[in-house]
Amino acid sequence: MSPEMINLLLKSFGETCYMVAASTLLAVLVGLPLGVILTVTRRGHILPNAAINSILGAIVNATRSTPFIILMVAIIPVTRLIVGSSIGTTAAIVPLTISAAPFVARIIESSLLEIDPGVIEASQSMGASPMQIITKVLLPEAMHSIVLGVTLAIISLIGYSAMAGALGGGGLGDLAIRYGYQRFRMDIMIATVVILIAQVQIVQSLGNYISAKLNKTKL
Amino acid sequence: MIDLQNVEKTYFSKNGDVHALKKTNLHINAGEIFGIIGLSGAGKSTLIRCINMLETPTAGKVFVDGQELTAMRNSELRKARQNIGMIFQHFNLLASRTVYDNIAFPLEIQGIDKAVIKQKVEPLLELVGLTDRRDHYPSQLSGGQKQRVGIARALASNPKILLCDEATSALDPQTTKSILELLRDINKRLNLTIVMITHQMQVVKDICDRVAVIEHGSIIEEGSLLDLFTNPQTATTKEFISTINNVELPAILKNTKIFPDYQPNTTPIIRISFIGNSAGDPLISTLIKNYSVDVNIIYGNIDSIKDTPYGTMVVELSGTKDNMETAISYLQERNLKIEVLGYVARND
Ligand SMILES: Nc1ncnc2c1ncn2[C@@H]1O[C@H](COP(=O)(O)OP(=O)(O)OP(=O)(O)O)[C@@H](O)[C@H]1O
Ligand SMILES: [Mg+2]
Repeated sequence: MSPEMINLLLKSFGETCYMVAASTLLAVLVGLPLGVILTVTRRGHILPNAAINSILGAIVNATRSTPFIILMVAIIPVTRLIVGSSIGTTAAIVPLTISAAPFVARIIESSLLEIDPGVIEASQSMGASPMQIITKVLLPEAMHSIVLGVTLAIISLIGYSAMAGALGGGGLGDLAIRYGYQRFRMDIMIATVVILIAQVQIVQSLGNYISAKLNKTKL
Repeated sequence: MIDLQNVEKTYFSKNGDVHALKKTNLHINAGEIFGIIGLSGAGKSTLIRCINMLETPTAGKVFVDGQELTAMRNSELRKARQNIGMIFQHFNLLASRTVYDNIAFPLEIQGIDKAVIKQKVEPLLELVGLTDRRDHYPSQLSGGQKQRVGIARALASNPKILLCDEATSALDPQTTKSILELLRDINKRLNLTIVMITHQMQVVKDICDRVAVIEHGSIIEEGSLLDLFTNPQTATTKEFISTINNVELPAILKNTKIFPDYQPNTTPIIRISFIGNSAGDPLISTLIKNYSVDVNIIYGNIDSIKDTPYGTMVVELSGTKDNMETAISYLQERNLKIEVLGYVARND
């Protein structure tokens, strides 16, 4: 493979990493509070509120049931409004974030629901406020499980980023389509697939490792 | 210290309402260990959870240390709860925190300085005997050790009251004993008011000063431990007492015909229960010497309720009818509880 091609691969790899990292960060930033609200507003939880819970739940479900490709096209006006353009690596971050945030929210919700209600009750009996219960009990106790969930989200974002790339966003997916598929460069095709596989493996192993470190229930 | 006035709790649900706690009045004095005993589903947890308002009563008022909790706003209630420690059957420790950090938790949420927290937590580790486990996580501890962490955590904010919901029910008898000793020790040392919920009579007998018996959401009997033991009023209480005290007839009498009244050639079987000092009197020898009756001891047991000796003895008297009658009236005049269980045929 020519040095030119290697440079191209590296550049695309960088773009993929950028898209995935930025959209993961933003998705967690949006999904975390969303997941917390979805949890605590449930019936019998610390801040029950049926209205907020069902409205947020409906929005999250609607976003999650829209296929990524359709979502991406549908929100082009929004993307243009935010980044000023609908094509490019940065523009791809908007649909990636919007599709990942509700996923992260549900993941966080299910992690938080695993916490023993007795522990929450014990904190209440000590006079903890709802905010303290969220920051000092729910999130730390669920962190090892949240890490695994976010790992899952990163991996699906790697997949979606390839799709977004094919629609003009750059990255490894874009490279594989333009060179591997359209110009019959089998070597490029194989190289991108290998990099994607390696990336997923590394992310999963790292996630497993961090989660195990945080999990104090199995020592 | 704790005053419940007409407190009621009903759980409303689609499948019908559950009256978990019916109109309840209860007064618990400062510094006492108050036991609440009842069968599963009797409403014990509901009652104790109304004391710190983890459960909001449907009706009635809850006073703790002179303050009405039922009239408080949430923020005031949180402040008041710092005065009421609580320990649980399943410990409810934070799995992601070490022993030290679990005990520090209630102080942390009060915004207390790290250095001050250290000064409080270290003596508590000492008190519950877990200094060498300070950096362990709950998953590395035994049940008894976890409950000790729970106790230390509950004591961290210097509460005046400690609520214990089945605190020893998940522990073996040996560990239960050591946890109860610890509770009794802190009750004396810190003059802490303790409310103990349990379904184990042994727990009540070991440490409680006063006891209430709860059944189907109502307190059916209440009194000092000694009163309850020696003079139970309800069938449920008697049932509880029988779990640790042998109130049935001794085994060797089970197959013997027992007459309810005196018959010629029978001798009385008498159960003598004694409490406190009278346990030391030379009862048997007095009977033999002064009343010319023979005493055959069939069953005997001496135990103590907290620090008061308490015993039961089943004896068979023999002698002339007159002698036996005067002997029985002698016993009845003493500070003893005498029950003539029946008469059995003489075997001489
Ligand atoms: N949240 C709830 N919703 C509906 N019913 C409830 C609820 N909590 C308790 N109950 C009912 O109230 C009654 C009393 O329950 P409670 O937990 O106070 O019993 P308990 O004496 O503590 O029993 P145990 O010894 O089994 O812990 C039970 O019939 C129970 O089913
Ligand atoms: Mg209970």
